[in-house]
Amino acid sequence: MMLSCKEASRLVSQGLDRNLGFGQRVALRVHLAICDGCTNFKDQVEFLRRAVKQLESKQS
Amino acid sequence: MSEFRAQVEGERAYLLRYATLQLRDSAAAEDAVQETLLAALAGEAGFAGRSNLRTWLTGILKHKIVDAIRRMSREPTLPEEDFDALFDEKGHWIEMPQAWTDPDASLEQKEFFSVLEDCLGKLPAKTSQAFMLREHMGFETGDICKELAITPTHCWVLLHRARLALRMCLEMNWFGKT
Repeated sequence: MMLSCKEASRLVSQGLDRNLGFGQRVALRVHLAICDGCTNFKDQVEFLRRAVKQLESKQS
Repeated sequence: MSEFRAQVEGERAYLLRYATLQLRDSAAAEDAVQETLLAALAGEAGFAGRSNLRTWLTGILKHKIVDAIRRMSREPTLPEEDFDALFDEKGHWIEMPQAWTDPDASLEQKEFFSVLEDCLGKLPAKTSQAFMLREHMGFETGDICKELAITPTHCWVLLHRARLALRMCLEMNWFGKT
């Protein structure tokens, strides 16, 4: 199964919120191996998670 | 405190119940009531014993409630179509996300967090609530669904939408700037 970037980015996001199925994980890994845009997207949403966790502690 | 002021203050609880019923949002209701009380104190002459104080205040509050509802519905949203607008008909990125240079260095900068807060503020209320419950408080998706009374699928859509919008907002207002 070849994923489009739209589908891949959706799976990247869902992967942060639930366990993806085996087929989804494989398809996503194949896509990320050849797609810089989605790889950047993945890095950035993981960064967002780190940043938002620190939100309050940085304010005080 | 002047007598008029004391009388106006005395109506606060009533007005707050009234506004909360209409707005279903306690913060927005507080704001509307606060604006009403300020407007009433500034416009004491307009009252001048014309009518019942509560009726007069409620009349002002109605305008403030309509303003608040208008503001709420103007909230910038990222509807499904906009979400689609990030991709072409084949599902490719129209604008491919570019790598950010050393994003973690930003975590040391106070300015970054105020940009992040502004970006969060631009999300529709429910989207940002879902996102904060998930990413800041660390709730599981199932619990978020319960809190917000939405289905898991709706929840994932909200979270994905929040991430797409936030990364775009940060790129425009922080990482894209040189």
